[in-house]
Amino acid sequence: MAPLRRRQTPDVVRRLLRSPSAVLGMVIVSIFLFISVAAPWIAPHDYDQANFRLARKGPSAEYWLGNDELGRDLFSRLLHGARLSMVVGLIAVGIGLVVGTPLGLLSGYLGGATDLAIMRLMDVLLAFPSILLAILLVATFGPGLNNAMVAIGIVSIPVYARLVRSSTLATKNELFVDASRSVGANDLRILVRHIFPNTLAPLVVQSTLQIATAILSASALGFLGLGAPPDVPEWGNMLQKGRTYIFSAPHIVVFPGLAIMLTVLGFNLLGDGLRDALDPRLRR
Amino acid sequence: MTTYIVRRLLLAIPVLLGVSFLVFASVRFVPGDPAMAIAGELATPELVAQVRQEMGLDRPLLVQYAIYLERVLQGDLGRSVRSGLPVAEEIANRLPKTAQLAVLSLLFASAIGIPLGVLSATRANTWVDSLSMMLALIGVSMPIFWLGLMLMIFFSVLLPRWLGLSEPVLPPTGTGTWQHLVMPVMALAATSMAIQARMTRACMLEVLRMDYVRTARAKGVAERWVIYRHALRNALIPIVTIIGLQFGTLLGGAVLTETVFAWPGLGRLLVDAIGYRDYPVVQGTVLVVTLGFVLVNLAVDVLYAYLDPRIRYH
Repeated sequence: MAPLRRRQTPDVVRRLLRSPSAVLGMVIVSIFLFISVAAPWIAPHDYDQANFRLARKGPSAEYWLGNDELGRDLFSRLLHGARLSMVVGLIAVGIGLVVGTPLGLLSGYLGGATDLAIMRLMDVLLAFPSILLAILLVATFGPGLNNAMVAIGIVSIPVYARLVRSSTLATKNELFVDASRSVGANDLRILVRHIFPNTLAPLVVQSTLQIATAILSASALGFLGLGAPPDVPEWGNMLQKGRTYIFSAPHIVVFPGLAIMLTVLGFNLLGDGLRDALDPRLRR
Repeated sequence: MTTYIVRRLLLAIPVLLGVSFLVFASVRFVPGDPAMAIAGELATPELVAQVRQEMGLDRPLLVQYAIYLERVLQGDLGRSVRSGLPVAEEIANRLPKTAQLAVLSLLFASAIGIPLGVLSATRANTWVDSLSMMLALIGVSMPIFWLGLMLMIFFSVLLPRWLGLSEPVLPPTGTGTWQHLVMPVMALAATSMAIQARMTRACMLEVLRMDYVRTARAKGVAERWVIYRHALRNALIPIVTIIGLQFGTLLGGAVLTETVFAWPGLGRLLVDAIGYRDYPVVQGTVLVVTLGFVLVNLAVDVLYAYLDPRIRYH
């Protein structure tokens, strides 16, 4: 994958806009981001207002997606849930990036014993099926949205470390790195100014796809009762609560799942599109 | 070949040690007293003291780990706080159920995913390709527990209503007959199927561009033969690796699928154990499942070397 350089950016955007699926991804992600920021202002009802008269009522003119098991407006809850999903996605990806990137840079650049130690540690983390490691971490530190986010972030660290390491290995023997060293740049400067920018393109792609994974994992932990507390309108949580009424009020489980699927699909489409746009080998 | 296998086995040892150390260490981070966590919250002070002594919890961490490892190697994973049964026994009772689900899902996923990928690659950039790849992407984006719930609604409510039946077409939960397997297998296979379809398409496109494929076509080999005999056989090599990695995803996914369908496998055991703070069971289940994943990957690597002689010489 080519390094992301400033003069190349308009070219990347042009290629991205030429792909209908990437554009669809961008539209979905933009709508999702808008909703997660604007949820309190655009939600038609109070997301937390229970009304037992309306419990499990199907979609109506007043309540577009119907009401949940406590009679709360499902649509407003979904809008607020978008907020939580965005926070989970961003924080989990942030943890993975902030810890994984330096590990990958050091591992690739220094090589030798450092590389061996870091990569064996990453191998251990990768040896676990990812959701299982997240479950183990949450079971250890206790259920809750914060611990779930951290667990999902930790699980993604090896993905970033490996990715950055391979870009670092590919770059560190380039002529411009030698040139920089010969004019007196120290290791830190070389890493930050010359090698790190070359890992950016794959990192952008991976982070986009990883947001999708994080949202899916968070909903899975929520569904298992290991995520946010019961009353919080997290999408996986809503599915767990609604499960009991699956046959009498299926709308309670249909819509939160659709919301997860659409959001994750959006990030996946965008990530795939970015990969194609940034990968010169695929250029026709 | 033997050297390669031996080297690969040796490389797995530090990973297995690391995995077991992480699982061992996890219970030390549980808030409160680890001896209490292992013995259970309702344990008598005598039992807690006994656990502390048996597991060497008052000794240095590495000594504790050595004790833990020695026990694990002897097949002793401790006792369940809830049932009082040995954890190894509980796992042995549930393992066949999860293995059945995972293996069937993997077969089902490959039986649909690989042909779908081939179809997409041979009709690249047509509507058939776009449609199947969109379906595959939706498959990757769908929470499998939600798919499970949707299948339940379909087979237990919608389909009987359309067919005018009073009974569900498939039993929504439980185990025992082949009908009980249909929905869990479909739900669990979805992601894997989608990933295999995407991977097969990508590998096939790469192989179909190769010179030997052009040569085969030029000398008049039938297109079907070119695709299955020449292209797919070579494209299958990376696909096998992906299938191996899928096994881990499937074992993880089984936790969710088993929860949805009340399937009495390892996943349910794990989720129930978390609910009861039954740490010995949590530790044991995670350890055994991860061990299974590592061993499957090892087997895949060996198979890979067998399929592709080039690997052995690197």
